[in-house]
Amino acid sequence: MANLSPNALLLGAFEQLGSAGLLFFKTMKNLFRRPREHQILLQQLEEIGVRSLPVVSLTAAFGGLVFGFQTYTGFHRYIGPGSETYAGPIITLGLAKELIPILVGLMISGRVGSSMAAEIGTMRITEQIDALHSLGANPIRYLVVPRTLAAFFMMPCLVLYGDIIGILAGYFYNVILMGVNRVIYVQNTLMYAEIWDVATGLIKSCVFGVVIAIVGCWQGMETEGGAEGVGRATTRTVVISSISILILNFFISKLLPATLKGG
Amino acid sequence: MIRIIDLHKSFGPKKVLRGVNLTVKRGETMVVIGQSGSGKSVLIKHLIGLLKPDSGEIYVEDVEITHLRDDELMRITKKFGLLFQGAALFDSMTVAENVRFGLERYTRMSEGEIRERVTESLALVGLSEAECLMPFELSGGMKKRVGLARAIAYRPEIMLYDEPSTGIDPIRADAINDLINKLKCDMGITSVVITHDMVSSYKIADRIAMLYDGEIIEVGTPGEIRSSENAIIQQFIHGQADGPIKDW
Repeated sequence: MANLSPNALLLGAFEQLGSAGLLFFKTMKNLFRRPREHQILLQQLEEIGVRSLPVVSLTAAFGGLVFGFQTYTGFHRYIGPGSETYAGPIITLGLAKELIPILVGLMISGRVGSSMAAEIGTMRITEQIDALHSLGANPIRYLVVPRTLAAFFMMPCLVLYGDIIGILAGYFYNVILMGVNRVIYVQNTLMYAEIWDVATGLIKSCVFGVVIAIVGCWQGMETEGGAEGVGRATTRTVVISSISILILNFFISKLLPATLKGG
Repeated sequence: MIRIIDLHKSFGPKKVLRGVNLTVKRGETMVVIGQSGSGKSVLIKHLIGLLKPDSGEIYVEDVEITHLRDDELMRITKKFGLLFQGAALFDSMTVAENVRFGLERYTRMSEGEIRERVTESLALVGLSEAECLMPFELSGGMKKRVGLARAIAYRPEIMLYDEPSTGIDPIRADAINDLINKLKCDMGITSVVITHDMVSSYKIADRIAMLYDGEIIEVGTPGEIRSSENAIIQQFIHGQADGPIKDW
């Protein structure tokens, strides 16, 4: 512990950041180079997209329900009965812009990022990555590029799907369970919510997808020390990608315009 | 064919290679012997660019490879076949898919030619019937032979063997030795073999080099090594606990 001076910690953090950044750079460089691994890309699209649907459905449904519940309570308690019809646009904005991209990002980093780290980490410690290299294959082109592309394309699909489920769950709570006027609720939602709110969440999710894939592959590639090392890599993947998602979410929210309507 | 000049490599404070010098001639089988943990595998990994040295040069057919960019290095790597100590088979693929991996991606061979090469390579290692098996269904020796089939399917000019006889019974080990000799005779392959098995070394080596304390301390024919006056070599080749080598 004596070695862990603030300087050493800072240096270590920059070293890690540099190592992940280098992998990202190499991945971008290899993005369009041949041979393209279509088969692995398809497998990853299925793994990240189709197989994540149940967990995304549950997360979005309960996220939407609880958000609907709190929004209803807020309007009812602080503004007064009848104002709950304005919950619709608030729920849509909150879910599509922030909650669903973050929840889906965290779920995918736990489900997919950790599995990428475990799979590639096991390949690392059993010398399979060295074997790829010895057979003339570029491990980044073979392992990292298809996973990054799949995460980039599937995350917005999952988030859009999550948006629909979440918004329906919010509607279900307010209109079906609490008896809010359906016509005004829907009218307000359509009047105040923008396509841009959904687009913002989709843009974020593309970034989150790349972060999850790069962190998972990076930790996998850096794995050393047998089964214990694989365990460490998966844990670090979930921690690093989850924190990165939360931090990036704030900065992307600040950078992107709040609305595309004038003013 | 391969020249290694003053190769140094450290991992943190541990100096593994401290100025290795070695030349491997075209068509010869060079066996590098040394204790476990003496840096033999580290040395072999430098030859195909899996590790970058701290200093020193490696020439493969007069091309210095330590400073090559990734794509240039890949072109050189294709001259090599590597048999890993643990076989390193891709565990999500069948035996046949393992063997055809490099062929279908990085050669212009037709599907028929690839199939023929896979069958031929597996027949060479005596595993014709194992095509559809998964790696977890194979014994240690079978995995090693599939690893060998995968490496030679490419028809490499240079074969690197990392502990080819470790973890398999003496009869299988001898069969692998025969195979290494056969590949040399039939295909004229240049080989670098890393091992601490002296029986194998005498059978397959044209020359033997001893790696000790990060340096090559002697190179010679099996006869010259047997009659070496170096006490370290004598202790190692006779497998004696007493002698100048103390760090075991």
